[in-house]
Amino acid sequence: MKISVKINGKTVERDVDPRMLLVHFLRDELGLTGTKVGCDTSQCGSCTVHLNGEALKSCTFFAVQADGAEITTIEGLAANGSLHPMQEGFWEKHGLQCGYCTPGMIMASVAFLKKHAHPTEEDIRHGLEGNLCRCTGYHNIVAAVKAASEKMGG
Amino acid sequence: MYPAKFDYYRANSVEEAVKLLAENSDAKLLAGGHSLIPAMKLRLTQPALLIDIGKIDSLKNIKANGSLEIGALATHARVAASADVKKWFPALANAASLIGDQQVRNFGTIGGNIAHADPASDPPTVLIAAGATIHVRGASGTRAIAAEDFFVDLFTTALEPGEVVTKIEIPNLSGRKSAYAKMSHPASRYAIVGVCAVLSMEGDTCKEARLVVGGAVAHATRLSEAEAVLKGKKLDAAALKAAADAAIAQVGDDAMGDITAPADYRRAMVGQYLQRAIQSALG
Ligand SMILES: Cc1cc2nc3c(=O)[nH]c(=O)nc-3n(C[C@H](O)[C@H](O)[C@H](O)COP(=O)(O)OP(=O)(O)OC[C@H]3O[C@@H](n4cnc5c(N)ncnc54)[C@H](O)[C@@H]3O)c2cc1C
Ligand code: FES
Ligand code: FES
Repeated sequence: MKISVKINGKTVERDVDPRMLLVHFLRDELGLTGTKVGCDTSQCGSCTVHLNGEALKSCTFFAVQADGAEITTIEGLAANGSLHPMQEGFWEKHGLQCGYCTPGMIMASVAFLKKHAHPTEEDIRHGLEGNLCRCTGYHNIVAAVKAASEKMGG
Repeated sequence: MYPAKFDYYRANSVEEAVKLLAENSDAKLLAGGHSLIPAMKLRLTQPALLIDIGKIDSLKNIKANGSLEIGALATHARVAASADVKKWFPALANAASLIGDQQVRNFGTIGGNIAHADPASDPPTVLIAAGATIHVRGASGTRAIAAEDFFVDLFTTALEPGEVVTKIEIPNLSGRKSAYAKMSHPASRYAIVGVCAVLSMEGDTCKEARLVVGGAVAHATRLSEAEAVLKGKKLDAAALKAAADAAIAQVGDDAMGDITAPADYRRAMVGQYLQRAIQSALG
């Protein structure tokens, strides 16, 4: 089936098999391999992207469902060559160890801050319930999100 | 993981979805996909045709006007954030806010949730407690099913093949006090036990209590023994304890168990969460 999707500001059209998951469309068809597959069972959030501004686990969505939508992946977050404040936060607070969960953590955190501009540490922990870090580096992840929220005016 | 091959059709209206369902016996509706797609990836289900209803905007509305009507495609995030739901039936807004995680709430829908009828779901419990009505449409027209009669067994509802849930209607509960108390699975956040209480009070005395348990049993069920214990009583600690004991006795051998929460533990927690729901409803 033919779909048209705006990804990181660029419209792409492709013919896809209905059973192709959005995450495979992004990674295998478009080469946007920043988005990861961790669990493949809707639990870990490492595949998180934004669909029309909302955080989505892209392993739990067919590419055909995204027809007509706007998608942002981790590759589309930095604007004009400068990192998004959330990316800076993860860098400065060392919010990653192996880095596998990081793109999903960052996308989920950006979406979370849109709805909760002034989060407490506990809000952040609840807000990121859909994202698992196998390295268990949660402490610094929470610090990174907090730092980003302050930088973004929270 | 790829699901088995299927054909995909995007329905533009409920009528079209109903027609396609009638013509294709091996078809399934696709709403938010947050129960169906994981099951298809595991090949627990392999429909030949998916009818995507996700873009039918008329099923997304939430409106309060005499009763509260929630379209089947309202996402959990929208139900949780809706000013009408918070005002009309805060227990439902709270239950929706406790579902899974932000990603799941953004895409999972209330209609898909009740049609799926996972015993560990939250909405069935609160909808039965509210005395909600489920509106459905099939090839032979529309019908209304009381939430209490809708959930029949594990993953089994009163929906006939070919029927589509269109909206959920919640009666006017003004003057009632309500709350939902949930013990979440530590990883998935699904309900291990969830209890909803909707109380009619006259001063300290309970005129009527609607108490419903989910999570611990095969489908959300009214705790009628505990309801009877509380009727006409002052809701003091002794009454709550008596209601909890009645609830535990009613759940009895129906309690389900697994590696995270064995049956006796869940049964005991029904009593605890029943008391928490009532206390939180009373504020
Ligand atoms: C990680 C994770 C955690 C979760 N945690 C919770 C939780 O804590 N509590 C909870 O309650 N739920 C939880 N869920 C389930 C979630 O609420 C799902 O969104 C919901 O069960 C299904 O809704 P859906 O819109 O995604 O439906 P889909 O997956 O699209 O459909 C589910 C089933 O319902 C049928 N269907 C869909 N819409 C209709 C309709 N309008 N009429 C008739 N049939 C229909 C479909 O054919 C399918 O059989 C969780 C899910 C995930 C992935
Ligand atoms: S890969 Fe999508 S949630 Fe884990
Ligand atoms: S940094 Fe390794 S999984 Fe999170």
